[in-house]
Amino acid sequence: MSVLEMREVVKDYRLRNGLRSTRLRAVDHVSFELKPGRTIALVGQSGSGKSTIAKLLMQLERPTAGSILVDGEPMRYHGAGAAAYRKAVQMVFQDPFGSLNPYHTIAHHLARPVKLHHPDFTREQVADRVLELLHRVRLDEDFASRKPHELSGGQRQRVAIARALAPEPAILVADEPVSMLDVSIRLGVLNLLAALQREENLGVLYITHDLATARHFSDEIMVLYRGAVVERGPADDVILNPQHEYTQLLAEAAPAPERRLAELGP
Amino acid sequence: MAITTEGAVQAATAAPARRRLPPMTLKLAVGLTIAGVIILFGVVGPLLVGNPSTVRDIGLTGPGNGFVLGTTQTGQDVFAQLAHATRGSLIIGVVVGALTLLLSSFFGIVGAFVGGWADEAFSLFTNIMLVIPGLPLVILISSYVPNKSIWLVAAVLAITSWAGSARVLRGFTLSVRSRDYVLAARISGEKRWRILLVEILPNLIPLLASQVVFAVIFAILGEAGLSFLGLGASGSFTWGTMLFYAQNGLALRLGAWWWFAPPGLAIALFGAALSLINFSIDEIINPKLRSQTRAERNKWSVKA
Ligand SMILES: Nc1ncnc2c1ncn2[C@@H]1O[C@H](COP(=O)(O)OP(=O)(O)OP(=O)(O)O)[C@@H](O)[C@H]1O
Ligand SMILES: [Mg+2]
Repeated sequence: MSVLEMREVVKDYRLRNGLRSTRLRAVDHVSFELKPGRTIALVGQSGSGKSTIAKLLMQLERPTAGSILVDGEPMRYHGAGAAAYRKAVQMVFQDPFGSLNPYHTIAHHLARPVKLHHPDFTREQVADRVLELLHRVRLDEDFASRKPHELSGGQRQRVAIARALAPEPAILVADEPVSMLDVSIRLGVLNLLAALQREENLGVLYITHDLATARHFSDEIMVLYRGAVVERGPADDVILNPQHEYTQLLAEAAPAPERRLAELGP
Repeated sequence: MAITTEGAVQAATAAPARRRLPPMTLKLAVGLTIAGVIILFGVVGPLLVGNPSTVRDIGLTGPGNGFVLGTTQTGQDVFAQLAHATRGSLIIGVVVGALTLLLSSFFGIVGAFVGGWADEAFSLFTNIMLVIPGLPLVILISSYVPNKSIWLVAAVLAITSWAGSARVLRGFTLSVRSRDYVLAARISGEKRWRILLVEILPNLIPLLASQVVFAVIFAILGEAGLSFLGLGASGSFTWGTMLFYAQNGLALRLGAWWWFAPPGLAIALFGAALSLINFSIDEIINPKLRSQTRAERNKWSVKA
């Protein structure tokens, strides 16, 4: 699998309000293409439909209209096609405190996807692979036997990234991977993601509401506003020369060190 | 931020412990000790005493004279009766606890996990069982069946009592089911039964334990009440039947405290012990309770 494409995808949620039921359009005719080796940033404010797009890609929701294509073929939700898809597309969740099971060790979290991906592996091979995954995300081997509550937020998020890498995916969806982390460790996790993306030639959908990191870590930026893409293009263009007024507003609000210094300087 | 540091300190000290066992508090220790002694007595006791039904023509005698707890009006050994009654009541408790666990897990957890119409149907059934008034139904069934074994009484008590805990379990399962780690397991392609057994169920263990302990208390008290009303199991000894016979034998009016006090005390002690255990489990499920008590303690020490 190499290319994942969303074509004119719409997702409506039905909101029941007593007897009346209203429709909420969470995703409104969104189209884009995820390719190995490229990072697309999906930027938008809270409630703009970013996580819904991630859920649609992860098969946790079905589109109301439009189609999701895998190498030009419609996505399969059942059978062998679905199993292959789940290996090829993985996700890093927003909240590292909710995405690891408090009852299980870190080794369990990494060993399960490895076993599912390689049913023929022996116990030793699985253990080796778990340690290798921990290495890849720059964690010591002794983390394997720990429980999630013994890890910091940044360490947990590294574990979540390792888990996503376990089935050797081609595409990674990262839904606000650092928004719940302390500011001081955000850059470390993002740099790790960027390094892994280069090493494994991953296609990454980087979901965020932070324009600065979107520009730094991605090739292309899509701006989402109330479920619809209002602006898209190469990262620098979108940030430096925003066309849509909502993007302009976002760019204004984003802290820009250069501009700040220019304003302060003599 | 304060929370993170506290967590870090806890993590450092708790690191070697693989499974999270409940911390041994005074409450838990007292509860476990009392319950342990009573259970031991119920298991071993009947093997050491004579036949509890043997009638002797010595009549009502007080403790001593070769009988640890004296005899009943018909000269039966009260201590022997207590040993068999303890076993009987514990059997009721265990059977009802196990049946409640099975029924409430099935209708609560499985329904919530499968979702859709199964959830609707299970939840409707649970709600119907919940609003059926338990005690009248028990009395009704009990009075229609003339020769009731201890197992029948246990089954009736279980059928009328599982619905409440099924509802609690359903609510909790619904919340766990939508947590990110369950979604992550789904994304990685885990089988559904594996997600339920390996990812969800372990997180329900403290809640299940607390529900079972509660069911056992309910069953033993319920059986005692039924037996005291003369609706209990026929031909077997439980704490309730002992009280029933003591009442019939006018033990209270004759001042034969050794006849009614031991089973009454056993019920009270066992109930209290299980409640203490339950409180300790509750504190694990809901750490807020624990911090509250800690805050209370701090307040006192400041005042002192
Ligand atoms: N299961 C659901 N049922 C009904 N409405 C939903 C559901 N999930 C999301 N929504 C609605 O869809 C819209 C988009 O939600 P979404 O979670 O995709 O936002 P988001 O861009 O990820 O926001 P955030 O930055 O806060 O994570 C919101 O208005 C939300 O209320
Ligand atoms: Mg979101």
